[in-house]
Amino acid sequence: MNTFKWLLKREYWENRGGFLWAPVVVGGITVLFSAVASVAGAMMARKNRVNVQLEGSPAELAEHSAQLGGMGDILLASGVITALLVMAFVVFFYALGSLYDDRRDRSILFWKSMPITDAQMVMSKATWALVLAPLGAVAIGLVAGLVLWLVVLLGTAASGVPGASSVVTHAHPLKVLATLFAALPVQIIWSLPTIGWLMLCSAWARRLPFLWATAIPLLTCAMISFTDIFDGIEIPHDKLWYVVAYRGLLSIAPGAWLPTVVTEPTGEFNGPKDLAGLVDVTSSWGVFAQADIWIGAAVGVAMIFGAVYFRRQRDEG
Amino acid sequence: MSAVISANKLSKRYNGKPAVDSISFEIPAGRIVGLIGPNGSGKTTTLKAALGLVPFEGELKVLGKDPRRERDALMQEVCFIADVAVLPRWLKVKDAVDFVAGVHPRFDRAKAQSYIAHTKLHPDMRVKQMSKGMIVQLHLALVMAIDAKLLVLDEPTLGLDILYRKQFYQNLLEDYFDENKTIVVTTHQVEEIEHILTDLMFIRDGRIVLSSSMDEVGERFTEVMVAPDKAAAARALGPIDERSVFGKAVMLFDGVPRAQLSQFGDVRNPGIADLFVATMKGTYA
Repeated sequence: MNTFKWLLKREYWENRGGFLWAPVVVGGITVLFSAVASVAGAMMARKNRVNVQLEGSPAELAEHSAQLGGMGDILLASGVITALLVMAFVVFFYALGSLYDDRRDRSILFWKSMPITDAQMVMSKATWALVLAPLGAVAIGLVAGLVLWLVVLLGTAASGVPGASSVVTHAHPLKVLATLFAALPVQIIWSLPTIGWLMLCSAWARRLPFLWATAIPLLTCAMISFTDIFDGIEIPHDKLWYVVAYRGLLSIAPGAWLPTVVTEPTGEFNGPKDLAGLVDVTSSWGVFAQADIWIGAAVGVAMIFGAVYFRRQRDEG
Repeated sequence: MSAVISANKLSKRYNGKPAVDSISFEIPAGRIVGLIGPNGSGKTTTLKAALGLVPFEGELKVLGKDPRRERDALMQEVCFIADVAVLPRWLKVKDAVDFVAGVHPRFDRAKAQSYIAHTKLHPDMRVKQMSKGMIVQLHLALVMAIDAKLLVLDEPTLGLDILYRKQFYQNLLEDYFDENKTIVVTTHQVEEIEHILTDLMFIRDGRIVLSSSMDEVGERFTEVMVAPDKAAAARALGPIDERSVFGKAVMLFDGVPRAQLSQFGDVRNPGIADLFVATMKGTYA
């Protein structure tokens, strides 16, 4: 029996709109806009008979190509980042509804009539929220990024920008890919506390899981912060809000871990061409060296176990 | 033969109020048991306890397992239809069949598909496009293709028209039930399941007020159409219920020998509905 595989399929059937269509549509719109802009740019360039000739020393020509190549990198990455942003919203609401929606429409009683354990059920949903949804977003985002790349290449070429092919030839697609994929495990483990919290609320709340999930951490923070109007009480506001609100609710945002590792860039930065050189493929792994991510992950895992407990115990009367 | 369900002092309280009040009963294998009671009498709570859906006090074994601690193992052998329309709205017929085939070791896909072939369901149809009756047809096709030892049906025909209801019970009896299976069913439409039941349990205010086989019910209870001149004599034997039909008193007796009653008029087996009404008198008072 390949129960888990079927549970994963089940989640996909239910949430195809969020997992597939939302990033596809947003990717499509992004491509459409850039296509329209490219066409407009090319038409304007033609109308004004812009005729650019490339002159200069070999070093200057190389600089020009490198800048265009860097632009290619940004285009590729932007497709993926857009898809990941969309997916962050999708996963937020997915996790929040994952263990609540079927209680509301009582279809939980159908799933509970099958030989499926509550742990399997919760794990299949956590697997989607943590791993499969981001992976799918990266895949869809890559396609969107490639199309963007192509559109801009054609646009620049049609506008008569000399050496337009550098957008492709001087780009570093493999490095962009490697950097994105290297950051994925960081993103997954970083997002555990938020996904754990949302799923816990989803399994526990009798009504309005969104309100509980957001109101509890935010009001708690606000109330604790407020107590410093009394003399002698000092509240570390930044730490409090960081731990409860940021790590609890926003860790799901793509690159939410970035502020903890980003340092002053050490190299030169003179436009897109230097971007590839500044970002080290595995720089994101610096997050793993800090306790922050691991404490958050442990708390997240504990909350997912809590969700299994409530899934088992809640009386669906 | 060990019992499929055995309860001993089973209790369940909601906010201190007992919904099920220390009941004990046994259901042997190969039975079709009707669990019948008014609204809020504890039927559903009892069944939910047996299915491991709610915590409870007391002892309860289903197929020899404790539904609280061994629910996962239990669900390999037990299936239930909790209520109509609990199938998720987004589910497609073909996905539903694939899913159950994928997760249930005792599911017979060919059987499910042959049930579905006899309905208007088609593979790409979603639950949200179906009528109530069609949803139950799908649910029943899935459940009847599962070779479960115990099938629990809680108000399976609620909201269905008479055609669907008749077909439902007919399928259940003809295609599903055999001596190795046990079915527990609750419903308000008692007349419709009367002829398929082997056992009867009346539950009221969380207590079992009657539990016997249908044969015993026939022996124990008698309905007599009493002629007016003999009414007083009949009444002296203490009927548990009396109503009048066309000016004649119809009295229901519990445990009075039939030979003795036949002197008052025509005797016959009471219907479950009449028996139910007599037993539940004053429930909502």
